Amino acid sequence: MLSRIAESMFWIGRYVERAEATARILDVHYHLVVQDALIDESAACAALLTVMGAPDAINEDVTLDEVNEVLGYSLDHPSSIAATLFAARENARGAREAISSEMWETLNATHHALGGRVATARSLGPNSFFRYVKERAAVVGGLVDSTLCRDDGYRFLVLGRALERVDMTARLLIARATVADTPGGWVTTLLCCSAHEAYLRTYRRAVDASLVAEFLLLDRSFPRSVLYSLNEAENALIALDRQQAKTGSDEAARLLGRSAADLEYRRLDELLAELPTHLGELQHTVASAASAIAERYFRQTRPMEWSA
Amino acid sequence: MSDLFDGYELDQAFDEMFGRADDPRPPYAALHETLRLLSNEEFAERCATRDRSFRDQGITFSLSGEERPFPLDLVPRVIAADEWALIERGVAQRVRALEMFLADVYGAGEVFEAGIIPRRLVYSSSHFHREAVGVNPPNGVRVHVSGIDLIRDEHGTFRVLEDNLRTPSGISYVVENRRAMSQVFPELFASHRVLPVATYPARLLEALRAAAPGGVDDPTVVVLTPGMYNAAYFEHSFLARQMGVELVEGRDLVCRNNIVRMRTTTGERRVHVIYRRLDDEFLDPMQFRADSALGVAGLLNAARAGEVTIANAVGNGVADDKLVYSYVPDLTRYYLGEEPILPNVHTYRLGDDDVRQHVLNRLDELVLKPVDGSGGYGLVIGPQATDEELATLRDEITAHPRDWIAQEVVQLSTSPTHAEGKFQPRHIDLRPFAVNDGDRVWVVPGGLTRVALPKGSLVVNSSQGGGSKDTWVLADPLATSLHPEPPPPPAVALSNQSQLFDTPAPETGPGLGQQQQQQQQESLVSSC
Repeated sequence: MLSRIAESMFWIGRYVERAEATARILDVHYHLVVQDALIDESAACAALLTVMGAPDAINEDVTLDEVNEVLGYSLDHPSSIAATLFAARENARGAREAISSEMWETLNATHHALGGRVATARSLGPNSFFRYVKERAAVVGGLVDSTLCRDDGYRFLVLGRALERVDMTARLLIARATVADTPGGWVTTLLCCSAHEAYLRTYRRAVDASLVAEFLLLDRSFPRSVLYSLNEAENALIALDRQQAKTGSDEAARLLGRSAADLEYRRLDELLAELPTHLGELQHTVASAASAIAERYFRQTRPMEWSA
Repeated sequence: MSDLFDGYELDQAFDEMFGRADDPRPPYAALHETLRLLSNEEFAERCATRDRSFRDQGITFSLSGEERPFPLDLVPRVIAADEWALIERGVAQRVRALEMFLADVYGAGEVFEAGIIPRRLVYSSSHFHREAVGVNPPNGVRVHVSGIDLIRDEHGTFRVLEDNLRTPSGISYVVENRRAMSQVFPELFASHRVLPVATYPARLLEALRAAAPGGVDDPTVVVLTPGMYNAAYFEHSFLARQMGVELVEGRDLVCRNNIVRMRTTTGERRVHVIYRRLDDEFLDPMQFRADSALGVAGLLNAARAGEVTIANAVGNGVADDKLVYSYVPDLTRYYLGEEPILPNVHTYRLGDDDVRQHVLNRLDELVLKPVDGSGGYGLVIGPQATDEELATLRDEITAHPRDWIAQEVVQLSTSPTHAEGKFQPRHIDLRPFAVNDGDRVWVVPGGLTRVALPKGSLVVNSSQGGGSKDTWVLADPLATSLHPEPPPPPAVALSNQSQLFDTPAPETGPGLGQQQQQQQQESLVSSC
């Protein structure tokens, strides 16, 4: 397939996942802070903005509403939900022949409806907005599943989505690991990944910091765990690589595979003791893998300048 | 009881629906009856459905930075089978004559020797490209796709207003208008037999494949777009999707040693036919504008070497120059030995001193058009122009007579159009689309009917605030199939058909035809 289209598919996957994950995180964060009178609102908001890559927006007494503006509604902030969904829609617009009409219509209609949803959220509270974003992301996911051919375009989309999941889950764990430890906080972390119920079913006991980290990093069956997403991304890369002769011949697959092995075979107490370091490495791995993918598959998609 | 047709006023223009007030022409009878029974509220509801459908699918156009749904008027334009037969033959004839003219202009130039059209006139056209001389398309086709704009005068006669042989756009709206109409007004399709338009992409793909360089069994066809910020991007993407081919931008292609390839995730892949939706000037920075980043360097030489086919061919614009237009009836007689089926609009050539003087004296009564314009840009309608505009025009024409033609004002026909809460007459034209595969010229049954939405306006271009209508060609009442082609003969003659069904039908026990349901949940419920 065309390199330019492949790149668009990769980023549709990443952006939709990012919008959904951001909506989950903001939703849980907002309601946690609102419900718990003991939490310092501006400190919690500053921590969240830092981990979501928006430290510029921090001021002395940053409020929940400001966080929602910056990470949710504002088209001016590149990683806000609105901007991310717009970017996904623009990519889809340039790749319409590679995706199904239903998928395009969903992304397009979502973008058009967002303005109205933001207006409602500003007056009635953000929950309906977050729910809308999560639902639309689920519709896109369903259409990806039911209407896309399992061709390279599909694989690039899955690859982007899996990489984004690794990144977002790592951000979430960093956010938790860098603030004061409270049991309620870890429940929040699970809720952000919609992993609370899955956790309870798996461990059948009260939420415990090290178990939550283990679950979100290493669970083999939970689709948002870091290990699961790393494996999914690696599998997509292997399927894309027609000339693959031996493991590790593709730079991105090598990086992801090494990272997965590192997580899996490191002793758990060691992993948890150095959690922030490992999470930082994970984010670094995602960024390097994305560059390697761009280098190999999306090269030469800039317009060529011709001077006589 | 009042209805949406109340106060519908006929003037001297030919009205498509009404011969006389309240008396619809026969092809419109059923449509009129259905629309008459609708209240304004019901009609407005359908308009809302239409807008939502267009907006969700991204069928929009930008108007001062805002995305608006494409303006489709919900009253279709109806063309009876016999009227259509004339248009179909006339358009095909015109395309054949223009094909021969282009081959002659970029080849032997016999038409000049025969004295049919002056050589100077053709070579001075801004769309004549010396670079296209010697580029011989593999199957002889230069006009793979054309849009011949027709209008209907006061007497109901169809006339050709202009030819579009470069990159005519609008076919996606033809197909999408039909789809939207069938969602908004399904009951109308039950009472009319309308010829289908959705086969266009398949026809186009066939014609493009037939145009591939010789010796290629399974050619790779691509659509070349300037990119998603182009006004017609929706159409480019639509055609690529409907044909199942790649939509490429200039940066996706690379040309080396006269071979054109596209960059894919698995390396470079050879391209044989490029359906380009990019003007000549931007196509190849080596031959045309060096600052164009939209095209592919070396493309034209690759076409000259016969390694790739560019559709439509480079240099076609010379044949849709508006001054050349005035010669098309003569060209038709010269090349085909036939009388033109569709007449032109009467046109004055301003190169002749006497004619020019006559036109300058009557500027306030005529329509003046720049010869190389399209999209209605630069057009001056004399009766509606100010004295100041006419004075500027007079100087312009005196200085550059080659750049202008003059035509009599034609009252375009009118059609009932929803405006200000009721149906009102608005002027319309028709752009039928023709596809030439080298063996025959096929005309899409219907085409794009454009409508001038402001009252009294004669300018239908969407860039000038025009809308569109779904265009229905009604099936011949005697025809048995909506697809005019004869059905393929049965592969095997069946001497005893009943034998086919001799094997007994499988036993269908109770419930076997039903869909399977989840069992576990149900049994759980019954056991507790």
